[in-house]
Amino acid sequence: MAVLTAPSDEVEAPLEPASSRVRRIRPRDFKGADAALVGTSLLSSLCVVWILFTQLTLLSGVFGFIVCWLVAFLAIYWGVNRQFYGRFVAADRFIGALVTVGALCLVTPLALLIGFLVERGWRLLSFHLFVATQAKALEVCTKGSACPKPGLEHAIVGTLEQVAIAVLIGVPAAILTAVYLNEVGRGRFSHAVRIVVTSMSGLPAIVAGVFIYTVWIVQFKEHFSGFAGSMALAILLLPAVTRGTEEVLKIVPDELREASLALGATQARTVRSVVLPTARSGIITAVLLGIAIAMGETAPLLLTVFGNKDLNLNPFSGQQSSLTLLIFQEVKSSQQQDVNLAYTAALVLFMGVFAVFISARVLGSDWIGRKIRGEKKQRSNDPVDDVAIAMLEKGVSP
Amino acid sequence: VTLSTAGVVPAPAPVPRPIESRRTQADSVFRWVATGAGGLTFLILFLIGLFLFIYSLPAFEKMGLGFFTTPGFVTTGKHIKFGVEAAMLGTVLIALIALIVAVPISLSTALFISEYAPRSLLGVIPVRSFLTSVVDLMAAVPSVIFGLWGFLLLEPHATGVSRWLADHLSFIPIFRVPSGTTVYTGSAFIAGLVVGIMVMPIVTSISREVFSLAPVHEREGAMALGASRARVIRDVVFPFGKGGVIGAIMLGLGRALGEAIAVAIIIGFAFQLNTQVLVSPSSSVAALIALHFGYGGKLGIHALLAAGLVLFLFTLGVNTVASIIVNRTRVRRA
Repeated sequence: MAVLTAPSDEVEAPLEPASSRVRRIRPRDFKGADAALVGTSLLSSLCVVWILFTQLTLLSGVFGFIVCWLVAFLAIYWGVNRQFYGRFVAADRFIGALVTVGALCLVTPLALLIGFLVERGWRLLSFHLFVATQAKALEVCTKGSACPKPGLEHAIVGTLEQVAIAVLIGVPAAILTAVYLNEVGRGRFSHAVRIVVTSMSGLPAIVAGVFIYTVWIVQFKEHFSGFAGSMALAILLLPAVTRGTEEVLKIVPDELREASLALGATQARTVRSVVLPTARSGIITAVLLGIAIAMGETAPLLLTVFGNKDLNLNPFSGQQSSLTLLIFQEVKSSQQQDVNLAYTAALVLFMGVFAVFISARVLGSDWIGRKIRGEKKQRSNDPVDDVAIAMLEKGVSP
Repeated sequence: VTLSTAGVVPAPAPVPRPIESRRTQADSVFRWVATGAGGLTFLILFLIGLFLFIYSLPAFEKMGLGFFTTPGFVTTGKHIKFGVEAAMLGTVLIALIALIVAVPISLSTALFISEYAPRSLLGVIPVRSFLTSVVDLMAAVPSVIFGLWGFLLLEPHATGVSRWLADHLSFIPIFRVPSGTTVYTGSAFIAGLVVGIMVMPIVTSISREVFSLAPVHEREGAMALGASRARVIRDVVFPFGKGGVIGAIMLGLGRALGEAIAVAIIIGFAFQLNTQVLVSPSSSVAALIALHFGYGGKLGIHALLAAGLVLFLFTLGVNTVASIIVNRTRVRRA
């Protein structure tokens, strides 16, 4: 081992670069010259592919053009880098470019989808949509007078009611399950529960619908109703909310729990007054994401709610409609008016999901969440203080 | 030492206060309730299996194992003959196409987010968290909207690709089409594309998570030895994330197998064994339930429930294996 311990005087002199021409390699370096290289590669590949496409082979199609362009770009980019910097840098940059192109391929469909929905649906949006139903329009139509435009009122009401009931059923169960997984459960059973929750998050939506259908409608001889749909939705949002809540409960520092227990609180009290309030913003995010999932499900509703062209305010009896069901039932219609209604329903639904999603992000982020909740003071860094403050605020005498 | 012994009555030896660790009643109740909630997920899964099994028995009694080897679906009249062979074939084909599309793109995106993306662009745009949000948003987009988009926007463009594949790669058996084909709509290929897009966020977010769990010291060690970022990915990030990525792909597969609505909107549904993925018709178990619900009389309901049972067991198997793999990777790293 004596060989390995270097005498201290040898270390004193700092290592000078052997010559000033040695370039320092910084993996994340990206200078103007590199950007220019990317730009020129893009441009030259565009030219090559344009010539290939329009002048030589007369191929067509936007999709094919873009694919060829990207492939040509990757090839040219690799070649140029190899020329300038050698094999190793070229390989590295090629992989980097490939990965970036892949990421673009993921973002593009979403951007196209949003653009498509807005472009098709925007002009059709009107206040009228929110106060009219399909059935009413049909009724007037058959009487022979001028047909009024159909609306989405019945579908919007259905979606809101079904999702609200699903949340009331599913969220408490989900939060309790998460509390079990993170606070109570030990050993085999909790491990098994965690695996079941993960695999249940992949439960096909239609199977949830089939299940509620067999239990509620075949076994119990009930009828199609919004409530049946809500139960199916609750099954589907349960694993998502559980996983999200568990993730944030994991982050709550153990010192908080220990301090609370040391002050004499029971475990139930600790969870209620310390753990859950600390994780509040994260739990809100999880619940909102669960709501977003429930809003977007179609398949379970198909078998439990069944759809209705008229307004039905009572979720506990009678068929209802929902935005997703309406889209599914009208999208393949031969009437342009019905397809247009599907577009607008899709846009309204997407805006709803998007709003829920954004509010999840906003309420979930610490800074804004605290602003909205009116908590001005940054809590102290000492976890024990936090517990004491939390308990004092709740009026608990330790 | 001398003072203490002089005439002072020695205090009784301190007896430690007995410490009780008995749970209070409130705590026991709390623990039971929480454990019950944990057991609830088990119960739900068990009940799903049980009810589907009981109510699909009449269908299996009628067809026996022929249920798996019959492509047709006639549940009324004299010549009753139904099964899920065609639907199962279609399900598998669509899921495979979806994975072929989704896996490379998802893995690159996951790598881009965890390895390449700058934390902020020009000091204002938080690229990483923005991309993570985009992936999450994509996961939240309703499947019916993907179906609508795929049917009305993607399909008219993607048929060009189908035609090109059929023209130039027809020596590969699955790209073969009947001669004289001019219409490429409603095919398993296009459904697979759309389902692939829907699967991407799942695969991406789990892979990103396991990639970011690759140990920092190993990364830095590799960098210090002169490895480029590509080498770090190949030699550190991939080996550490391998299990998680496999699990992520399997969860994606589970989702792809179970997708009903988008597939039902896009494919031209028929009970026909069709391995030519570029042309209609196609079929899928989930889409079968969505499209045929309410037709076919009493036996038809039982047949659909049997199809639901098959789908349930199939996806449950895939998902359970996947979640065991993913959880193992998570536990080992965390």
